[in-house]
Amino acid sequence: MATEGTLGGGQVCLCEKVEEILDRYNRDVSQLISILQDIQEDFRYLPKEALEKVSEALGVPMAQVYAVATFFKAFSLKPKGRHVIQVCMGTACHVRGAPLLLDKFERELGIKSGETSADLAYTLESVNCVGACALGPVVILNGELEGHCSQAKADSIIKKVKGQTS
Amino acid sequence: MAMATRNIPLIRTVEELEKARERFREKYYSVKRYISVCGGTGCRGGGCLAVAEEIKNVIKENGLENEVPVRLTGCHGFCERGPLVVVYPQKIFYQKVKPVHARKIVLRSTMQGEILEELLYEIPEERKKVVHEEDVPFYKHQMRLIFGMNGMIDPENIEDYIALGGYSALKKALFEMQPEQIIEEVKKSGLRGRGGAGFPTGRKWESVRRAKSRDGIKYVICNADEGDPGAFMDRSLIEGNPHSVLEGMIIGAFAIGAHQGYVYIRREYPLALKMITRAIQQAREYGFLGENILGSGFSFDIGINRGGGAFVCGESSALMASMEGKVGEPRPKYVHMSEKGLWERPTCLNNVETWANVPLIINKGADWYASIGTENSKGTKIFSLVGKVNNTGLIEVPMGITLRQVIYDIGGGIKGGRKFKAVQTGGPSGGVIPESLLDLPVDFDRLTEVGSMMGSGGMIVMDDRTCMVDVARYFVNFLTEESCGKCVPCREGVRRMKEIIDRIAEGKGKRGDIALLEELGSAIADGSLCGLGQSAPNPVLSSIKYFREEWEAHIKQKKCPAGVCKELITYSIDPEKCTGCMACIKPCPEQCITGERKKPHVLDASKCIKCGACFDVCRYDAVVRQ
Repeated sequence: MATEGTLGGGQVCLCEKVEEILDRYNRDVSQLISILQDIQEDFRYLPKEALEKVSEALGVPMAQVYAVATFFKAFSLKPKGRHVIQVCMGTACHVRGAPLLLDKFERELGIKSGETSADLAYTLESVNCVGACALGPVVILNGELEGHCSQAKADSIIKKVKGQTS
Repeated sequence: MAMATRNIPLIRTVEELEKARERFREKYYSVKRYISVCGGTGCRGGGCLAVAEEIKNVIKENGLENEVPVRLTGCHGFCERGPLVVVYPQKIFYQKVKPVHARKIVLRSTMQGEILEELLYEIPEERKKVVHEEDVPFYKHQMRLIFGMNGMIDPENIEDYIALGGYSALKKALFEMQPEQIIEEVKKSGLRGRGGAGFPTGRKWESVRRAKSRDGIKYVICNADEGDPGAFMDRSLIEGNPHSVLEGMIIGAFAIGAHQGYVYIRREYPLALKMITRAIQQAREYGFLGENILGSGFSFDIGINRGGGAFVCGESSALMASMEGKVGEPRPKYVHMSEKGLWERPTCLNNVETWANVPLIINKGADWYASIGTENSKGTKIFSLVGKVNNTGLIEVPMGITLRQVIYDIGGGIKGGRKFKAVQTGGPSGGVIPESLLDLPVDFDRLTEVGSMMGSGGMIVMDDRTCMVDVARYFVNFLTEESCGKCVPCREGVRRMKEIIDRIAEGKGKRGDIALLEELGSAIADGSLCGLGQSAPNPVLSSIKYFREEWEAHIKQKKCPAGVCKELITYSIDPEKCTGCMACIKPCPEQCITGERKKPHVLDASKCIKCGACFDVCRYDAVVRQ
């Protein structure tokens, strides 16, 4: 897994950041998931170098770090886009037409669910229920919830993520 | 608000607690009126923060800060009608409130007692407006014991909780009861785990108390990894009344002899994470967590673990594995978690709602608690009533209420006056329940008997436009992604089920597919280690059991009667009904609808990608999907 070079000249900063996160959890093995979560939050993905650093610092085999990093949905080994669109695929949203919405996003953004656009502008994901079932179908744009998401609302989300980036 | 400037009273004794309570109570009741704005996730999605902001602005402009406090509370439940605002003390219930209404609410309604007709809830069939929260049918048929405090307290202010009687059960447990007595009380109350399986809580506590730990360490955990899609009661409890959960945990820890607890919370719930973090911090500052709680000699603290986004981690052994920094895979339970759980120490894991029941039982007694509900399911249960029902939201009802009461009396019937078809309970472990069973009393055992289960409390209502094959396909898809992969029957079996159902939904079903699904289902149930694998076939098996004709229609006639399965439906325009309004032309992504104004349009089925955009916008039912 290449680092995709998104950090530019920031390799030094990666190391420092990871060190800081490790210290935050006292380099405690049981906090592996929390540590990876914080790295994910900071870098929007888990860079390979960061995983190696964690493995070394905690004395955990790389295989275990990798197993955890690939098991949980929270983690991504590839960088995510600046905008993250999450289409809720909970049961309530499903029966209210979420699959058609996801189709629409895939079609109009030109990427499949789980993918990121080539220019790292946006990522499209599906999530299994965000617990806002009464507002279904729900779409989350960068953490902001859009309830009763109609095709027209989806249009404006698409415009937003495309407009601000291209 | 004024919190930062004031010293935080560390409460060290029972006397200090009661003195503090008196002060907080005085403060709470010192104002004649207040405005409660629902700050639950649903209302936030509807813009309640802007409403609260504007209300505060108006209050400030008019110099009413000391007279009218604004409480941004947890979820009130009626998400469908949000943002919700309730004016106390009269409890005037306003719905679908926008920032422009702030001025009227403050100056006219709150200050002068005027009732703003335009913001009241109207009972649809009677066209009658309702003024008070408790008269709204959605609330009238509920029994809000656990949820009741939600609208009245600011979840970020522990003093509100204490003023309304919070932490009095803890006092009783620590000073008037022995640990064994507490366990006995919980056993007698009949409380069963609210996370899904319904294991008797008191018995679990007892076995953890009796379990030997090599170094005396035991743990309690609050499972807030609410993974069932369609269920959000745990999130709302933590967002709205986090201290009730903490109080339950402290009492539980005292009863079983644990000094460390954890809350394992889903990462998809940022607001709940914020609230529980704040609550734990406040509980420490006020002396309800830490060393020598209230001078009882008992010490206990709580930490937080964020989930990694894996459904299987709602299962106890998988949850604990992930807390130890490992992949979240369940393990066989020849040795129970109550003997060897987290770090191989005896561990008591209960769900959020279960913990929140505990203070109530301790305060009001097991006999009172056991008087609510059915023979083997006591107390109330919170359900998220969602899907194709008019009044969506969170409801709390006594066990034993019928599905019909829930869906029609509280839920207000099916959206758009359509026909009820089924209700799904228990999430990916549960099943669908058909119309013929609408009078079924809802409790742990009845739901299991009919092939579904209680689960954590999701109730997804489906109408005649919901396809049962599609719903089964949805859950199998979910389970294919979420199966942790440890047990082959679950990992491979669910995948094979998915292939078969995909085939059926695409019109390539064969004779014998249904029998094959049933056979696979029973093999998966027999061959999986954890509860999730064992129950994974339920959504499919119950759907076949009650809706076999619909499955056969897909296989034999290659038709989807509900008009959902894409490969089996076509869209067309009924020239009789089409008014030529042109509304459907623009949304069509493939430009396959043509026509002129006031003349029937034509849909070119060969170009249609069946996205449904035209169907959604047509106001004359002229787009036909069959």
